Amino acid sequence: MSEGGRAGAELELAARVIELVRELAGREAEAEVNVRHDAEALTRFANSTIHQNVASATTGVRLRLHAAGRTAGGSTTVTSADGLRTLVERTLAAVRVSPVDRSWPGLAPPAALRLSAGHPGSGERSGLAFGFDEATARADPAERAERVGAFVRAAGGLETAGYCRTVYVSAAFANSAGQAVEGRTAEAAMDGIARCDGADGVARLAAARLADLDGAVLGARAAAKARAARGPVELPPGHYEVVLEPDAVRDLLENFAVFGFDGKAHHQQQSFADLGTAQFDPSVTIVDEPLGSREEPAADLPFDDEGTPRRPLVLVREGVTAAVTHDRTSAALAGTASTGHASPVSRSWGPKATHLRLEAAPVPGAAPGTGGTGSIADSARPLVAGMRRGLLITDLWYTRVLDPKALVITGLTRNGVWLVEDGEITSAVSNVRFTQSYPRALGPGRVLGIGAETVLLPESWGRARYAAPALHLAEWNVTGNASG
Amino acid sequence: MTHFDEAGAAVQAALDAGARYADARVMVRRSEAMSARDGDVEDLGFDESAGLGVRALVGSGWGFYAVPDLSEPSARAAGRRAAQIAAASAAVPGLPADLVPARAVVASWASDCVVDPLGVPLSDKGDLLVRATEAAKAAGADVAEANYAIWDTRKWFVSSEGHRIDQHIRECGAGVTAIAIGDGEVQRRSWPSHRGQFGTRGWELVEEIDLVGNAPRMAEEARALLTAPLCPSGETTLVLGGEQLALQIHESVGHAIELDRILGWEAAFAGTSWLDLSRLGSLRYGSELMNITIDPTFPGALGSFGFDDEGTPAVKRHAVRDGLWVGVLAGRDSAAIAGLDYAGSVRSDGWSRLPMVRMTNVGLEPGPHTLDEIIAATDDGVLMDVNRSWSIDDRRLNFQFGCEIGYEIKNGKRGRMLRNPTYTGIGPRFWQSMDMLSSETIAWGTPNCGKGQPGQIGHTGHPAAPARFTNVRLGVRG
Repeated sequence: MSEGGRAGAELELAARVIELVRELAGREAEAEVNVRHDAEALTRFANSTIHQNVASATTGVRLRLHAAGRTAGGSTTVTSADGLRTLVERTLAAVRVSPVDRSWPGLAPPAALRLSAGHPGSGERSGLAFGFDEATARADPAERAERVGAFVRAAGGLETAGYCRTVYVSAAFANSAGQAVEGRTAEAAMDGIARCDGADGVARLAAARLADLDGAVLGARAAAKARAARGPVELPPGHYEVVLEPDAVRDLLENFAVFGFDGKAHHQQQSFADLGTAQFDPSVTIVDEPLGSREEPAADLPFDDEGTPRRPLVLVREGVTAAVTHDRTSAALAGTASTGHASPVSRSWGPKATHLRLEAAPVPGAAPGTGGTGSIADSARPLVAGMRRGLLITDLWYTRVLDPKALVITGLTRNGVWLVEDGEITSAVSNVRFTQSYPRALGPGRVLGIGAETVLLPESWGRARYAAPALHLAEWNVTGNASG
Repeated sequence: MTHFDEAGAAVQAALDAGARYADARVMVRRSEAMSARDGDVEDLGFDESAGLGVRALVGSGWGFYAVPDLSEPSARAAGRRAAQIAAASAAVPGLPADLVPARAVVASWASDCVVDPLGVPLSDKGDLLVRATEAAKAAGADVAEANYAIWDTRKWFVSSEGHRIDQHIRECGAGVTAIAIGDGEVQRRSWPSHRGQFGTRGWELVEEIDLVGNAPRMAEEARALLTAPLCPSGETTLVLGGEQLALQIHESVGHAIELDRILGWEAAFAGTSWLDLSRLGSLRYGSELMNITIDPTFPGALGSFGFDDEGTPAVKRHAVRDGLWVGVLAGRDSAAIAGLDYAGSVRSDGWSRLPMVRMTNVGLEPGPHTLDEIIAATDDGVLMDVNRSWSIDDRRLNFQFGCEIGYEIKNGKRGRMLRNPTYTGIGPRFWQSMDMLSSETIAWGTPNCGKGQPGQIGHTGHPAAPARFTNVRLGVRG
């Protein structure tokens, strides 16, 4: 039931708001307008039954206005003529009484978009393999329920919980400097656990097409993990060699995006990132790829919230920190150009990457996999075989920053941990707490292996996506266990 | 102007489409937020959001649909759509769903507000944040940040059982943070809380917390922390300030007593709970000093309301009494499954989101001591306050918190400042070690409680006062 609106409707709305700004604030006022139609549907299950089944279709208009050296922003879901006029009048009134804005970076100049899956002229018409999928945009609750049912059945009687969601976004941006762009995107994701005698196993996957999500494959993997995680032993705190499965690596990428590669935090010396320095092992290459590709086939909108065209950005190249993410404000402070990472909150909270991929090895550019149906993710299996004694960790949970500069993070394991000895799993392990500097964990000489395939993973909370392989690391600092 | 007609149209359409129960909420929210950094306003924005969300129960399956269009035809279409979605839920059916009985309420409620926060001139509000950050910079902060946020929400609720309730809830709050940057080290001090203090009150709340007057001390303490000794590692007596204790309550009690978590409804994401319903009324959660209440009637606290989003009137009840676990946060459907006879803790963060079990005001009843008395009674320990980081497992047992600032306590006196203080523990063991509790209660507001899929941000309140805990592990580091 994720239907979209009429083609071009968002760009027309944006243009109407720009006209209203000219009428009410004059031609000197600088304005940027985002219009976003967002249809999200999510079928949630727990205790092996669908217990929450929701959908919404919203259209929102966001205006940022800069006049006489002052800036204010406003948004509304009331898109009638009166609603839009009220939005402009209120924003203008706010601008007039706002303090002077000394960090206003100016508007994005007109610039053509790079080709992406959601952009008119791309996708199915351009022949791109990762094209926009109309069927996903229009998926109905029965299609989601069908996948949930398959997940539940594949778990073979184990208790299950999770969700299947589809998202369709059609959006446009216009500013008073002449930039006017539009795009659309569709996404599907499934994330679920199976539970067995107090042990949980997880399987999750993001995709550009709902058709690429197989509830049975995911349910089978979650169940295999849960069964293998039964009867855990407790291990003492200490430094352990680890293999992190793709779900756990996702957490590393998310924290790097939020706290490490944020250009604002970097400019304020609150990030570990040191451009041009070999801060990571030479095997590590991290890319932000919002437009989609064969390696990351789920494109986002082709422009950011300031109208800057999005593009791939290499953040770490063969161990050397190569770039940080910017919106126009942080870029102006740093004396560089926006990288297309503006969001509605990036001026305050900093610009964040939302489509990070850690390159798989040894074959960069490989298409992502699903992780398989076994209790060990496909890309982790060879790494486990090469570990003399250490932990295989499925997932990380509730990770929080203790020291932003060194990116020391504490959190817990979840959804399956095992002790590995001489390349073989010897026992399940109960969840542990860790306190670990993430960049240090991936530092020079500390990455012992990278899996051969990435898995495209959804963010649990928001809409970001991460493409992650498994990682074999020399050391992980376990600081607690179930006993405390 | 009311929106009962649109909500009623949505409910009727859901019933006509086969629902055996339906409710609908129209919500109109205006919000405003400003942030300043180093003497300049950095961001100013306001939002207006209006729409209708309708929930339908068909057989034992729930469906929810939300639209921004408040016309009656749109409302009817939304009601039908909710019923269709509910019908699809039957593809993976579960136990029969029911609701605990409720009296149909027709009522109106508004939160107390002395100074309408949206009525305060923007220039005055901007000037306050600019002056607060300038004061922190002048006192030595490398970076100074200040912010405020305001929410003005009107709701119209109609159910197929006859509820017709409108509410007007005004919330606001503010804070200032000073950051000092050293060699490989960043220290921060925040006033009055790590993200500001918030409540269901007017702008008088912001005026009372005196951002400008407290900003210089925050800067001085952040700078002093750069060279302060590290918090020692080991097991000792821990005294927590009220702000940190509020988050400890939120994470290790508030979420643990959510009935949806206990029933496994959040198992795949937020997690479950270590609490077992069969032990409700007999399980020892903490020491006899521990009295936790669920109290949406607490005046001015951020989790206060007249009625929850199922139309259940606000009532104060105990969750923990004299250390025994006696109550949960429940909704009408989860309570029915658990065999309980009360609900009252269901809310959504907007018209486009499904109402779900959420904290209201979950806090500690006051104790018999003062902070000064607690310190005077402590021979050897550490005082910590103002949260810096928080992490807890998916059953709400194993936690680790970091605070902005710590102090040695030696021979009954507060001593040296300590940097990077952290402590860790297991929930019930920690609460059973609480042996002193202050009476100096403040209802701290948490405006960023995340839960649910799609994600929702809840506003919760946590009355808390300083307290002492014994044999706590401190100083865990990476």
